[in-house]
Amino acid sequence: MIERRPFVQKILKNRQTNLRVVSGLGTSTWDLMSGGDDKANFGFIGAMGQAIPFALGLAMAQPDLRILLFTGDGDTLMSLGSIATVANHPVANLTIVVMDNESYVETGSQPTATAGKTDLEIVAKGSGISNSYTIKNEKDYDRLIKTIYEEEGPSLVVAKCQAKATPLIFPHSFDGSVSINRFMSTLKS
Amino acid sequence: MEGVIKDWRNDIYKVFKELDITMVSHVPDAGHTPLINLCEKDNEIDVVTLTTEQDGVGLSCGAFAGGRKSALLMQSSGVGNCINALALPNICRIPFLTLVSMRGEWGEFVPWQVPMGLGTPKVLEAMDVKIFRADYKEEVGSTVDAAARFAFNTNRSAAVLLSQKMIGAKQFKNG
Repeated sequence: MIERRPFVQKILKNRQTNLRVVSGLGTSTWDLMSGGDDKANFGFIGAMGQAIPFALGLAMAQPDLRILLFTGDGDTLMSLGSIATVANHPVANLTIVVMDNESYVETGSQPTATAGKTDLEIVAKGSGISNSYTIKNEKDYDRLIKTIYEEEGPSLVVAKCQAKATPLIFPHSFDGSVSINRFMSTLKS
Repeated sequence: MEGVIKDWRNDIYKVFKELDITMVSHVPDAGHTPLINLCEKDNEIDVVTLTTEQDGVGLSCGAFAGGRKSALLMQSSGVGNCINALALPNICRIPFLTLVSMRGEWGEFVPWQVPMGLGTPKVLEAMDVKIFRADYKEEVGSTVDAAARFAFNTNRSAAVLLSQKMIGAKQFKNG
């Protein structure tokens, strides 16, 4: 099992300037912010289920950048259909990393469907995202970096994580308009 | 525009072109089909078919963050699916434009369409979406233009309700 916070921090440590990172609500956003404040990040704090469609729209609008989405299994399960939409509107520059801890850890660690019979890698493949795989420990780190920066997407990587609560690390602002304008200042329009 | 059908959907298409709306997402509705067909023929417009209308809200916001303007096309039954997603453009002050083909009003045949048809304006108002409405074909172009400018100039959400009167009430027939 992957310890999610050091894992996210390691991925972001030597990030390239062509990377833009989006995170789904809750723990994924706190994880992203633990890697340091960066204008090239945008973290959801609500609108559950919307991170994947948002990342798709961003990737379509900015084909010369690499787009990385960190999100959780709960957020992903809320909008499974969006995986089919991503698959059918191919975006070569998009990598979705599902930090799958098999639980709604922020609300008391109730089990999600992935704690049961649901496998998001198979869901992604069945939806038409052929570049989908599961990683379970840090030795898969190099493969993931290659996917993020070099491979033709869309890609969906399931990172099996420990289900433990981590300290809250808040973004620069809770005001979405501040966050999005800060993020947009790093993009050419 | 040679070969373009003479239809009020063409007036909407003209607004898209004039305002540089280059991404159109939808869960299809017969009322929008001529517009979807026009957009699909246009190499400058990306058409994204969704599995649920709410994903069009996130898609539209992501596209705007990346510098592209978009519109979400849906039937009134899809508006209810979007409620929580509408928090995203609201709290981020991202312009959001949707065009809603109305059901459950003018001469409706299917009772199941009535609840969400009646609920559509209330739901949109509840989420702070500014409502524009077109009841006649002649006013569609100017109404969509006004709604789009409202959204993109003031960084707010706007919906145009396209009356069932214009679209025509569906009647189920065998054969």
